[in-house]
Amino acid sequence: MLTHWSARGARRRAPLMPLAVALVLVAAACSSNAASPTPAATPTPAPAQSDAAQTPAPSTAASLPSCGTGPVTLRAFFETGFDIPFKLSDEFKKQYPNVTWDISQDQFSNLINETPRVLAGDLAPDLIRLPTMVSFAKQGLLKNLDDYAAAFGWDKWPVPQLNQNRVAADGTRGSGSLYAMGINYSLTGIFYNKKLAAQIGMTAPPKTLAELDGLLAKAKSAGLLPIMEWGSAKSGMGLAFPLQALMASVGPVGPINDWIFQKKDATIDTPSNLVAAQHLEQWIKSGYFPKDINAIEYTDAASRFTKGEGVFTFNGDWQNAGYDTGLPGNVGFFVMPPADASGSPAAMSAPLTYGIAAKAKNADCAAFFLNWVATNPAARQIDVTVGGSNPGGPADATMPTVTAGSVTNDTLAAGPVIGKAGNSMDFIANSTSSIFAQGWTPELQKMVGGKEDAAGLLKAVQAEYLRELSQ
Amino acid sequence: MTSTVTPDRGPMTSAVSRWVFNSRRIRRETIIGWLFVAPALLMYAVFVLLPLLLSIAYSFFRWDGITPATWVGLKNYQTVLEVPDLLGTIFNAFKLVIFFSFIPVTLGLVVASVIHRVANGRLGAVARTVLFLPQVIPLVAAGIIWGWLLALSGLVNQILSLVGLGGATRAWLGDFDWALPAVGLIGIWVLLGFCTVLLLTGMTKVDPALFESARIDGAGWFKEFVSITVPLLRYEIGVCFTVTVIAALAAFDIVYVSTAGGPGNSTAVPGIQIYILAFTEQRIGLASALAVMLMILVVVAILPIQWLSRERKG
Repeated sequence: MLTHWSARGARRRAPLMPLAVALVLVAAACSSNAASPTPAATPTPAPAQSDAAQTPAPSTAASLPSCGTGPVTLRAFFETGFDIPFKLSDEFKKQYPNVTWDISQDQFSNLINETPRVLAGDLAPDLIRLPTMVSFAKQGLLKNLDDYAAAFGWDKWPVPQLNQNRVAADGTRGSGSLYAMGINYSLTGIFYNKKLAAQIGMTAPPKTLAELDGLLAKAKSAGLLPIMEWGSAKSGMGLAFPLQALMASVGPVGPINDWIFQKKDATIDTPSNLVAAQHLEQWIKSGYFPKDINAIEYTDAASRFTKGEGVFTFNGDWQNAGYDTGLPGNVGFFVMPPADASGSPAAMSAPLTYGIAAKAKNADCAAFFLNWVATNPAARQIDVTVGGSNPGGPADATMPTVTAGSVTNDTLAAGPVIGKAGNSMDFIANSTSSIFAQGWTPELQKMVGGKEDAAGLLKAVQAEYLRELSQ
Repeated sequence: MTSTVTPDRGPMTSAVSRWVFNSRRIRRETIIGWLFVAPALLMYAVFVLLPLLLSIAYSFFRWDGITPATWVGLKNYQTVLEVPDLLGTIFNAFKLVIFFSFIPVTLGLVVASVIHRVANGRLGAVARTVLFLPQVIPLVAAGIIWGWLLALSGLVNQILSLVGLGGATRAWLGDFDWALPAVGLIGIWVLLGFCTVLLLTGMTKVDPALFESARIDGAGWFKEFVSITVPLLRYEIGVCFTVTVIAALAAFDIVYVSTAGGPGNSTAVPGIQIYILAFTEQRIGLASALAVMLMILVVVAILPIQWLSRERKG
């Protein structure tokens, strides 16, 4: 249970990410079926093209970093309870038998605390799941991947994919040198229980915030729980999801990303964010969330939703497999609608970030693996099937197929929509390593308990942000 | 010293040789003694004294644990005193003393006394085992079980509803007013057994004739408890208070597995903050400063207890 949550936490806290997902998806959708902008649930790729995708720069193949032909032992540090890297490493070993994996693993909550020491140690990993990255990059613990990006042609991929993993010399994210790669790109939004949604007369996903408000009110008056969410400090406060969705619904995405990327003078305490926080406060006061939310852990919320408690839940596509298992064929997904009908939907999305230690012995092989993950058809299929998220990669890469009836069809289809709108954000819990534990979680819990109002929430979190940056 | 003694000292020779002999024997015994102590001492030095000294040293620096540290003098201590969230954790720790210390020791005295008086046989053994069980169960598992029991749909609320107190039900660990007492309840559950067993052991050492004569004189349970049990168990009570007060002020595990400090820092204790500051925020200096202050606080709180229990006993 905890391991599952840690996976989510990891994902959500994963540093960087703006439009990557979206643009990648746009690209993928375009490449597979440019004529129909419909939810390309099962884009039918031309299989023959997959080889081309595998080697983006075939002409320079001889000089590309690789795992060579002799025996190589890749030292890796993965996250416990999260199948993707393990499945990928198995597949990689099948295709490159000269590579042996030496995998260590730990829970996300431990990973976030031990990563600096693991990177600084004598047995530094070639490949490591990065819970955060700015401080590690600044401390010289991570390998600069700029040369690999140039060699493999990563810098020609849809731009935002890599920007999320860039750290500038002044410690701001979003530009500068590349320090990590995502092995896939998650997307967050609103999942709904189709059966319960039908009960309240929802025939199509809401197009505006007002429509969503209407549905929530209907659910409440029908005696249903409108939104299932978690809020225990043990998991971190899940209300950060609807809060950020509301911020992007009523205001621009740019300032939010600036704040997350620690741009100079950025603040979360803006007039439009205040409107969003007040909206959330209203949802809380209207009883739209479970009344014991402050004691609900992530896994409990996910399981209660699949047991039919809650019409909607704000979460990310990493939970797809869980929803498909618990409520097969009965879970739908849509991205947060804009407040204004003429606006565009927005979403949080983040790469599942992996880096290479500055002291890594097989950095070339690790970089080759990262390239392989994004370009090899088998690897991309694992990304989607096991992880539920978009695999990213080059613009012309084909999108893997998805089982019919899986909510993954909805989440993958939402990507291009966000991409076109350019409304992708990293997670507000990722701005500093402990803003979630020390800022959002306690302050949102206070809001639930009626001990903090919207204005106080934003002020308190901004103060905590400045305190952490001042160290 | 002994090696420098020379044999040409005339009449004093035999005394000197005896002295040398004794001295050698004492020296040998001393060495053997130290050898016996050495392994434990080494462990104590490496895992207690050294980290203690290092923490004190770190507390004067700004350091992320990786890059070179910067001397900041007493700045970290100043920060602890200035940031309300950090200082607040210390107040929470003192509130926990009520639950982790006063209640278990008081209740432990009563329970031990009852077991000692009326249930010395198999029933007493069963009671002792049941009460001591929480000391044996891994706290993480216990934390999960308590989480279930205290949840909105948990057993505690079910029982309350059953007896007509449905209005009092709540998510105990997620409630601002009740989370700390709920965590305290888990602490009582863990520490009551320890106190009871320790005090019961102390009672068995008291001369039974005292109890017997008191009963012959017509003393009831309460009189016996106040006049004999408590005064004669002063030292054991002191140990109980010492251990439980430390458990309260330095609490980490019980809080971490039940609420992780929530909701809204209402159960945050210094142990949790030290952990977050040191490992999540990579602020080793500030974390060390808070840890050193916590240690001083524990010592200040413990010294009077030690003094009281020893002084009167003497």
